[in-house]
Amino acid sequence: MTFLEKLMQVDRRWIYLAIGVAVIIPAIKSFNVPVSPSPEVKKVYDFVENIKPGEYLFVAMDYDPTSLAELNPMAEAILKHAFIRNEKVVIVTLAQFGPGMVEAITSRLATEFNKVRGVDYAFLGYRPYPAITILAMGVDFRSPFPVDYYGTPLDSLPVMRGIKNFYNVKGVIDLTSGNTADMWLTDGNGRYGFPLAIGITGVMAANYYQYLQSGQLFGIIPGIKGAAEYESLIKRPGEGMTQAAYQVVAHTVIILFIILSNVAYFATRKGRAKSGGAR
Amino acid sequence: MKREIPILIVGITGVILFLQYFIPTDWSMQLLGTSQDWVIVIGILALPLGIWSLVKANIMKLQVKGERFYAAVLLTGFLVMLIFGLPHRSSLEQGSTFMTLFNTILIPIQATIFSLLAFFVASAAYRAFRARSVLATILLLTAFLVMFRWLPLGFISTADNAIVAWILSVPNMAANRAIGMGIGLGGAAMAIKIILGIERTYMGHD
Repeated sequence: MTFLEKLMQVDRRWIYLAIGVAVIIPAIKSFNVPVSPSPEVKKVYDFVENIKPGEYLFVAMDYDPTSLAELNPMAEAILKHAFIRNEKVVIVTLAQFGPGMVEAITSRLATEFNKVRGVDYAFLGYRPYPAITILAMGVDFRSPFPVDYYGTPLDSLPVMRGIKNFYNVKGVIDLTSGNTADMWLTDGNGRYGFPLAIGITGVMAANYYQYLQSGQLFGIIPGIKGAAEYESLIKRPGEGMTQAAYQVVAHTVIILFIILSNVAYFATRKGRAKSGGAR
Repeated sequence: MKREIPILIVGITGVILFLQYFIPTDWSMQLLGTSQDWVIVIGILALPLGIWSLVKANIMKLQVKGERFYAAVLLTGFLVMLIFGLPHRSSLEQGSTFMTLFNTILIPIQATIFSLLAFFVASAAYRAFRARSVLATILLLTAFLVMFRWLPLGFISTADNAIVAWILSVPNMAANRAIGMGIGLGGAAMAIKIILGIERTYMGHD
């Protein structure tokens, strides 16, 4: 068996090892990757940038720990942007493992930007049945969330006074790793007509670009690259930028493997044809 | 009557909520709110059943050699989170035992499992992305172009912006919309069948 034939049947553990070693490289020697904002991310940035201080942004953080690596940097970048601009932020999570993560991020950023819980932002917490919760919030936030995450009645929160439902917020940004994006599209944007943008994992991105063209979404932040782009736009490099380096290295190794696999395939094709072997 | 009454309830509820969508008045929104509360209440009733089923199944697994360890881990995890999560609302704040367990055990476990995907994707890509035929070559080239677009590599990733934008907004969108329309029409047809009492499998068998 020649070297190329061996390459065709390489043990998957070698591939695992190569990926494992590759992702360690940026941890040992960190480096920056060039980031140029894409139009779909720039639209989300422009939207948040154009909300006036004191006006409301609604952020749904509908993801659990499985996708925190991709979506936490996005959430942080958006919340930082809104806090810098002194916008009021209403946050919910429709993912069952979301509350703990959301609480950790919001309380940390609130401390960093001197924001007061209940005055500058509200974390309403989690409710099951995303579609029903979205529909109910369109009528009144107090219907699915009579109290916030910490048990305080919404009417007691200064930030929630004078705000009833989606008609009182400038727009909604949903950060999700599941099908809640579909529910925000159909039961939220479709029913109540508010401007909607989503932040999603890289693998989901292709499924949602159609909604950009139809105008149902005004922007998309796709995966780590999108998070890094948003961080570059607000000029506050964070986890997104750091993780982009890991992603570049891992993807480069995968691309090299694909090239290697095809070189081996074409180089050994003649031999396989002669021996009548399978392609 | 055992079958007729549920069919009648489903039919009447379905028609009312269908009409409600097109009547944007206060009382109609109140009706929607009440019906949503009903869905949540019915769902909550299923929760104790699920917990009972899970606990019962795993208590039985404790008797089986080989499965004993995993069942014990599950039951221990269930009880520990239940005990530290129930007492009071402050258990949900950072620094509480519940949140410490959540942050130091559950988050790393879930994140690790999802991270393993990178290794499987690399292995699968190595074997699957071979230009064996014309269609496989098209798939390979498309994957390459889109992958470069998602990489933060400066001018390399922006160079094929226009091509990838076309791939995403024309062939990709056409395929996705076709699938979406199919699912939507299928869902509407199924809803009509359930409302009219033609589709009854949701009631199970006697």
